[in-house]
Amino acid sequence: MSEKRIRVLVAKPGLDGHDRGAKVIAQALRDGGMEVVYTGLRQTPEQIVSAALQEDVDVVGMSILSGAHATLFPEVVNLLRAKGAGDVLVVGGGIIPEEDIPALKAAGVAEIFGPGTPLANVVNYIKDKIK
Amino acid sequence: MFKQDQLDKIATKKEKWAAKLEETVKKRPERQAEFAVDSGITINTVYTPLDLADRDYDKDLGLPGEYPFTRGVQPNLYRGRLWTMRQYAGFGSAEETNQRFRYLLEQGQTGLSCAFDLPTQIGYDSDHPLARGEVGKVGVAIDSLADMETLFNQIPLGKVSTSMTINAPAGVLLAMYIACAEKQGFKKSEINGTIQNDVIKEYICRGTYILPPEPSMRLISNIFEFCSKEIPQWNTISISGYHIREAGATAAQEIAFTLADGIAYVDAAIKSGLDVDNFGPRLSFFFNAHLNFLEEVAKFRAARRVWAKIMKERFGAKSPRSWTLRFHTQTAGVSLTAQQPMVNIMRTAFEALSAVLGGTQSLHTNSYDEALALPSDASVMIALRTQHVIGYEIGVCDLVDPLGGSYYIESLTNSLEEKALDYIAKIDALGGAVKAIEYMQKEIHNSAYQYQLAIDNKKKTVIGVNRFQMEEAPPTGLLKVDLSVGDIQVAKLTKMKAGRDQAKVKALLEKVRTTAMSEANLMPVFIDAVKEYVTLGEICGVLREVFGEYKQQIVF
Repeated sequence: MSEKRIRVLVAKPGLDGHDRGAKVIAQALRDGGMEVVYTGLRQTPEQIVSAALQEDVDVVGMSILSGAHATLFPEVVNLLRAKGAGDVLVVGGGIIPEEDIPALKAAGVAEIFGPGTPLANVVNYIKDKIK
Repeated sequence: MFKQDQLDKIATKKEKWAAKLEETVKKRPERQAEFAVDSGITINTVYTPLDLADRDYDKDLGLPGEYPFTRGVQPNLYRGRLWTMRQYAGFGSAEETNQRFRYLLEQGQTGLSCAFDLPTQIGYDSDHPLARGEVGKVGVAIDSLADMETLFNQIPLGKVSTSMTINAPAGVLLAMYIACAEKQGFKKSEINGTIQNDVIKEYICRGTYILPPEPSMRLISNIFEFCSKEIPQWNTISISGYHIREAGATAAQEIAFTLADGIAYVDAAIKSGLDVDNFGPRLSFFFNAHLNFLEEVAKFRAARRVWAKIMKERFGAKSPRSWTLRFHTQTAGVSLTAQQPMVNIMRTAFEALSAVLGGTQSLHTNSYDEALALPSDASVMIALRTQHVIGYEIGVCDLVDPLGGSYYIESLTNSLEEKALDYIAKIDALGGAVKAIEYMQKEIHNSAYQYQLAIDNKKKTVIGVNRFQMEEAPPTGLLKVDLSVGDIQVAKLTKMKAGRDQAKVKALLEKVRTTAMSEANLMPVFIDAVKEYVTLGEICGVLREVFGEYKQQIVF
């Protein structure tokens, strides 16, 4: 029963200050039994990856509502890979147009959770992927 | 408000009625175990004069345009002039935004509202490394007066009023606006508009802060002082509950946290030596219009009454104009769904109606596609037409405060006021809004989490999300901001910078530095600098060096 708790970094890349969603997700993951670290606002991809390595997380969840996802999400994935942490699960959320999702997935973002996603879906998705 | 014998009679009747109600509920069980508004106030089956027994009409309500302004800030309100229909717009380049502005003015919009991109809001030029991917995304990129001139090309700044959603670097953008208007041939005193300039709520929930609280409050006081002398019609601040609500606050928290921020600004300005009646009349507010229709109407009324009392009793303001809470309203962005987006038109219409029944001075109605992207021309048009329907077709603007006197509305106005005053007392005890930032963040986050849980467990219905879902084709016709906007903007900026008199730029930045380090007002120096095309990023860079940057505490 001494199962290792899933560790998640919830991050806000870019300059966007809307973190209601990020904080609600962080709380839901914590209530779902995970260890959650929230970076706060205005994180560069480099800062996010360095926090992910330092905290030794299984998952990085990023939230952007400003439209900068196409630039910043793939940069985080690439940097993780470059640092030998390509096995970290990367997921995203926010205002992400449907048509941008295939490119993000091709770049290595495992899943995008759009507006209206129930919290349980996110929690269960992560529990399912990290075993 | 009612005679005792009337009340006694109603009380006797209501007692009998309550027994009947109990019988009815047994036969027709109620849909919910409890009914309550979002602020947690329980809703009874019906309201009567008994709920207002301890109230005094003159003291609590008064007439429109009279203290405590519960019923509105103007004696004739919309019978004189409808609210300003002001759609928030701005994206991509200054050229594109200029076109959207002119389109909105041609379509009957009566004032402009400018959205800036995030680098501009945080005081970075478009060529700053942190601006990568963000240039022109959520608003227009303004690096220098050159961009401002393009933005307002062929729009006479002495004739339209412009609201600018700019906070931390508000003084610099205002300086550019003044310089632009003067270049068009207008006098400073002829321009009219609003800067948001509300930094405390940036710390609490919106995130576009730059400097620590102390220098930020000094800049704000500088703006109050400068405007009271030079541009008397300018609204020097828009103290904003909108974002506090969007971040998750309840209606009662929205009133309380907004007015607590207001108290902090008034305190700071008085401390800097200004007279409350000098700047008080130019303070304006910005609220959210959310889904719980009657609660929202009551919220606007309660906010007006609480602020009037604060200004008169707490700060001793003498001018009735200092007592009035004038406000802009925007419908709730968080209430929009990506699912069945057309339903958002209805949500927005009801929210907008609550703002009008609450006596708003200006209004932005959200577009139905905003949970998906920035709004398209077509969706913006429907949003504006929604205001036209309310203003011209449905008759609600033919009298002032039509819901005033409703037992429920008055009772809810009272309850929201009480709740808000409780929160304000807590914030006072913590040492004021600046000291209570983390407290407010925590409260807002808890409310946001409860709200989401209520949706997830279906206590709260969101059509298309947890009820009445259906299969949908992916949306079409969404606005896309051209990815090349950033590159073009950076090229323009580089060229502009190279063409300046470098020695002059250096000297002006030095002037900004020395003034920042002194106690003098920074506004005249900002104006001198922007006139020579010193950029926003350069000026804010100097301020960052002098004052340092704010570091956010992480609360969740």
